[in-house]
Amino acid sequence: MEPLIVSSSPHVYSKDTTARIMLDVVLALLPAAAAGVYFFGGRAALIMVISVLSAVMTEAIVQKLMKKPVTISDWSAVVTGLMLAFNLPPTVPLWLPVVGSAIAIALVKQAFGGLGHNFMNPALAARAILLAAWPVYMTTWADPIHGAMGAVNAAASADAVSSATPLAILKGLEGTQEQLPPLWSIIVGGTRGCLGETSDLALLLGAAYLLWRRVISWRIPFSFISTVALLTWVLGPQGLFTGNAIYHIFSGGLILGAFYMATDYSSSPVTPKGQIIMGIGCGIITSIIRLYGGYPEGVTYSILLMNVAAPLIDRFTMPRIYGEVRADV
Amino acid sequence: MGLKVFGFKGGVHPLHRKEGTQDKAVERMQAPKLVYIPLQQHIGAPCEPLVKPGDRVKLGQKIGQPKGFVGAPVHASVSGVVKEIRQVPHPAMGQGLAVVIENDGMDEPDESIAPKNLESLGVEELRDLILEAGIVGMGGAAFPTHVKLSPPKDRKIDTVILNGAECEPYLTADHRLMVENPQDVVDGLKAIMKVLGVERGYIAIEDNKPDAIRAISDAVKSVPGAKVVQLKTKYPQGAEKQLIYAVTGRQVPSGGLPMDVGVVVNNVGTGGGVAQPKNLLVRIGTTFRDVIDACGGLVGQPAKVISGGPMMGIAQYTLDVPVIKGTSGILVLTKQEAETPEPGPCIRCGRCVEACPMGLMPLFISAYALKGDYDNSERLHAMDCIECGCCSYICPAKRPLVQSVRTAKRVITERRRRAAAN
Ligand code: SF4
Ligand code: SF4
Repeated sequence: MEPLIVSSSPHVYSKDTTARIMLDVVLALLPAAAAGVYFFGGRAALIMVISVLSAVMTEAIVQKLMKKPVTISDWSAVVTGLMLAFNLPPTVPLWLPVVGSAIAIALVKQAFGGLGHNFMNPALAARAILLAAWPVYMTTWADPIHGAMGAVNAAASADAVSSATPLAILKGLEGTQEQLPPLWSIIVGGTRGCLGETSDLALLLGAAYLLWRRVISWRIPFSFISTVALLTWVLGPQGLFTGNAIYHIFSGGLILGAFYMATDYSSSPVTPKGQIIMGIGCGIITSIIRLYGGYPEGVTYSILLMNVAAPLIDRFTMPRIYGEVRADV
Repeated sequence: MGLKVFGFKGGVHPLHRKEGTQDKAVERMQAPKLVYIPLQQHIGAPCEPLVKPGDRVKLGQKIGQPKGFVGAPVHASVSGVVKEIRQVPHPAMGQGLAVVIENDGMDEPDESIAPKNLESLGVEELRDLILEAGIVGMGGAAFPTHVKLSPPKDRKIDTVILNGAECEPYLTADHRLMVENPQDVVDGLKAIMKVLGVERGYIAIEDNKPDAIRAISDAVKSVPGAKVVQLKTKYPQGAEKQLIYAVTGRQVPSGGLPMDVGVVVNNVGTGGGVAQPKNLLVRIGTTFRDVIDACGGLVGQPAKVISGGPMMGIAQYTLDVPVIKGTSGILVLTKQEAETPEPGPCIRCGRCVEACPMGLMPLFISAYALKGDYDNSERLHAMDCIECGCCSYICPAKRPLVQSVRTAKRVITERRRRAAAN
């Protein structure tokens, strides 16, 4: 008889693995990716493919150079590449995603020890660096080639126009709703913006899948979004309680950021209470930047700032230990 | 049923895998030719043997006497002749001294095991009876029941909880006991309530065992102050602290499940490792090999043999270990089932924090422990870990969480012991 395996308990493990979780995130992003291609055309697909490939290759090369095992099969680089592409305007030159992915993987992720050790969301950190280095490329939007209901937008082409996003309109001309695209087109997709954030509907579909698979919990997205809703409504342009919370929820990168970016495991708190604090913090910073800051959008910076605070939040939100008041022992 | 369902914080939901045995009536296994009865059945000091090689013993005769208070006597599970007293493999302690008895197949009972009437017994008598009977709790440590029933005078006990939550996957022995002999279980509760002088008694059962809940609910009607509590099906619902919290919302010492003298209800179940998974009533001292043979033998090569359940059970290095009082089941896993996954880096997903029923942060305790920084492990309450294994089970990166917390606990205990000695 072969010797019996002797190891300490437990002797069974759940089926969930790191790779399966990352794959789930990729699956959840597919509807929004498809929406991006539908609204912005083949160039959107090209940007996503380039971004993912360069993320995976960067990971492999860096790990080879650092003489670490190559772990590209865990899907995490694919997630980062796709997330970065989602945060780019559809008009960027094709070398930009290559540079962005290299920054995300080499600088933000691997330099700090790889998966689980990056203290910032790699895709968002890369986006922030790209925005600082190439502000024009990063804020040149294109009109979508399709309208929300499928009508072909004859006037539009993939030609770059530096026109305003709904959030910019909201910021400049809040209250005059005629200037804003109709709400349903913001939700379904087809307004100007980054590749992946155009269709909230597709993003929410994926988010529902992630919640159902328990890859993410409701804590960060729910507290993030409701804080933004509350603050943008209360601190309205015409005095208290006049803000347009609904537009704020569905415009820009809030849905993408709240469900897919702020929930990044490595850079968010691990304690349930900490996650709620993270969401509320993100919500406050996003609202302040959107309402009073120099940029129309604040989701990226709010998440990055809260990423930095996450270890501290963890430390102060340790769960209550069972039996802190003790009856026996 | 209009019963409220109770739960606790944290926990995991492993697949039950009870299909193999949950509807199988308990069978009495034929007593083997030889039984090996370890003199140490549980935590506490080992017993002194009361017999020597060549002695004839009767079924139920006391053969080992405990030295300390935290100890329970050991009895012969067959009648026959003592062959030798020697070291044998022990399911929990590696090795241990055991009385080896050659079974004469007569089952001649010892005078001490005549059935007694519960109503006519006084409290002291009852307690002595439990002590003499050597009844132990089925928790991993097999804590002697009479110790739990002798609380210090200054602790007022008002509630007894009988633990019918069998949360470990695969195991169904308690379940069957409750379905088939509900009266015995209720009598056990009655006895404990009487010894402790309490008015309130609960039998806690998980809500995935409706047949057991029905059977016990009927039987319990005859006992004033006692009732059935339904629990959510979740691991580790059967862990003492979690159970108490779920039932009463507070912490009280609880009673264990009493058992018959000299036998335990034993469960042998598995997906692939054993030909006919069964619930067996097994004599204490029967080797795992004999039990597995009674279940039709092994299917193919066993890769791992576990005493207890898959979450907290102890992997055995040989099939020659005997069944002891605390053996709640024998689990044989095939190579595929026994595969220990390769650990990857922690992805900080927080699942272990959410799963820990004690409210600990396994990822950090473990990270410190693996670095040898036990001070920080201790600061994060490593000593409160009940070693339920939820964290390791749930971890997608398959980190050795409870394994490293266990190491930390050992080191911390050792340090404290040394500090106390100085
Ligand atoms: S740390 Fe201990 S108590 Fe918490 S889940 Fe892990 S084994 Fe259970
Ligand atoms: S469950 Fe595993 S991967 Fe997740 S935080 Fe805990 S140790 Fe890390």
